[in-house]
Amino acid sequence: MVLVKSLAAKPWIWSFVGALVVWLATIAFTGGHGAGGMVTAALSLAVFTVIVGVGQMFVITLGPGNVDLSLPANIGLASAVAMKVMAGSDAMIVVGLLAALACGAAIGAVNYLLIWALRIPPIIATLSASFIIQSIDISYGRGLQIKPPPGFADFTNWQILGIPVLAILTVLFTIGAAIALQRMIYGRSVLAIGQNIRAAWLAGVNVGRIRFLTYTLSGALGGIDGALLAGYFRGANVDIGNEYLLASIAVVVIGGTSVAGGKANVPGVWGAALFLVLLLTMLNTFGVSAGVRLLLTGLIIVGVITAAGGEKAVR
Amino acid sequence: MTAASIDNGFKGAAARNAAARARLLRGLLPALSLALVLLAIAWLNPRAISYFGFSLMLNLAIPIALATIAQMFVISGNELDLSIGTFVGFVGCVTATWLKDAPLIGVAILLGSIGVYALLGALIHLRNLPSIVVTLGMSFVWQGLAILVLPKPGGKAPDWLLAIMSFKPPFIPFPIIAALLIGLIVHFGLMRTSYGVILRGSGGNPAALRRAGWSLLKTKVVLFALAGLFGVLSGMALIGITTSADANIGNGYTLLAIAGVILGGGEFVGGRVSPIGAVIGALTLALAASPLLTFMHIPPDWQVAANGAILIIVLAARVLISRRER
Repeated sequence: MVLVKSLAAKPWIWSFVGALVVWLATIAFTGGHGAGGMVTAALSLAVFTVIVGVGQMFVITLGPGNVDLSLPANIGLASAVAMKVMAGSDAMIVVGLLAALACGAAIGAVNYLLIWALRIPPIIATLSASFIIQSIDISYGRGLQIKPPPGFADFTNWQILGIPVLAILTVLFTIGAAIALQRMIYGRSVLAIGQNIRAAWLAGVNVGRIRFLTYTLSGALGGIDGALLAGYFRGANVDIGNEYLLASIAVVVIGGTSVAGGKANVPGVWGAALFLVLLLTMLNTFGVSAGVRLLLTGLIIVGVITAAGGEKAVR
Repeated sequence: MTAASIDNGFKGAAARNAAARARLLRGLLPALSLALVLLAIAWLNPRAISYFGFSLMLNLAIPIALATIAQMFVISGNELDLSIGTFVGFVGCVTATWLKDAPLIGVAILLGSIGVYALLGALIHLRNLPSIVVTLGMSFVWQGLAILVLPKPGGKAPDWLLAIMSFKPPFIPFPIIAALLIGLIVHFGLMRTSYGVILRGSGGNPAALRRAGWSLLKTKVVLFALAGLFGVLSGMALIGITTSADANIGNGYTLLAIAGVILGGGEFVGGRVSPIGAVIGALTLALAASPLLTFMHIPPDWQVAANGAILIIVLAARVLISRRER
């Protein structure tokens, strides 16, 4: 009973409850068929949302107005870079991943450079950057038909006892992110800046450096995500990252991270990502048309956010 | 709160005069960017600077300007609407189907959608929700509805709408007159009426307004309803030009509208916006996005980048001017 109570008090528990409810609703509809397969599929797809979601979470935690809108363009470009560098050869997998990581980190660094040099809100900076990245990607990745190396494609689809290996690795990564957030100077600084940037600055936090690191981190995670997506879906694509704009922000908010900044929640990102993926699976299983699916996805996201509620912003 | 606001705290009160001059220069920046783009076009292709050339080049500027004004209302309340593009697309689909075949139902749907916008404003205020997330969610809703209304590209604009949009006044091309009218009407409403001041104040200093007894719920509802109204006008104008609709027709407008507001001298927070600036910003984007690039022989791949580059250049110019304010 005590356990239930302490669990109910955790902000992230509701996203897992939501995911569970959606999952149960779907298997009730199918009469229990494909229950395990659904979990496997949900885990493999949720991974991509979780990776960018964690990056977005650190950015949003920096405080009001901080958000990375360049993630979709970033993912698209990095997927093309990774595929071109790997050039279908197993020997180049690590180099390709590093190239995608570097590409993403560079985009993140440029984002912060714009924010810092032009003193503009991050939304506008990352938006302007995403326009340019998008064009680079269209021009660079035009007609790109390179398949990922077989070893890389197999790796991104590799499962052990129905659990995707990528999901296991991502769980390890999120545990690392949670430790970085709660137990390391970097994470504590991010939280401090989100709670009160001026107080953090007066307390000796190197605000500029931490913000730079956070945007670079978000960019780098977008880059890795692009490479993994290209491996999983067997090819790069300009539009491959499009859905991750909404998804990355939505998982952060549904997962219990405060949009006002200064309060982050790593487990919630997992719960929310599973919830979103299972929701799509459910709507597909029900066999609704594309229009109804979009409509319901939107309504449910707005509904969940309304139910989760915002906190009183301390501004 | 950004690092910049910390810097501002140390700003002295000195050099008021220079600051006033810089502010004037800053106010002129949108017009200067537009003039620059026009000069470039005139230099690259003198024949474009004519009645016919402007009618053609600025054709799509009307819906862009209307969508930009819609976004401007939301931004003056310190919020952001990431759904305006798909909303314009939804309105376009309704315009090309219901509004032509059953005008009464069409009008009811469009009025209802403005009502939905007003409700969103109330929801965002009452539950203190982040507008970015709510409107991102709504962008799916509008897109879904658009596909349900018009599953395949098609439909047809009502004849009266086609007649309005192809109106050819003497001497001055219609898009320019329309842009002027839009800018002036909104300027009067938002900058010159007392409730307009309250609306902008709700973004500038909400706490002060609340203490002065104004309802922040009402200001937010009004701002969102106005955004919905101008979104509807934008969608209708767009269909009046393209004559038929497609569920994805407005998707690019979300980002164009934000860029237009910022180009037009709007600030992201603090209720500092400029309707005339926003219209000029929209015209600049409409001109720079395609006619200028076509004349410069830049491939269409880079048109999106040009928008980003223009934004960055204008913002950089603004920073240079603001430096002189100190």
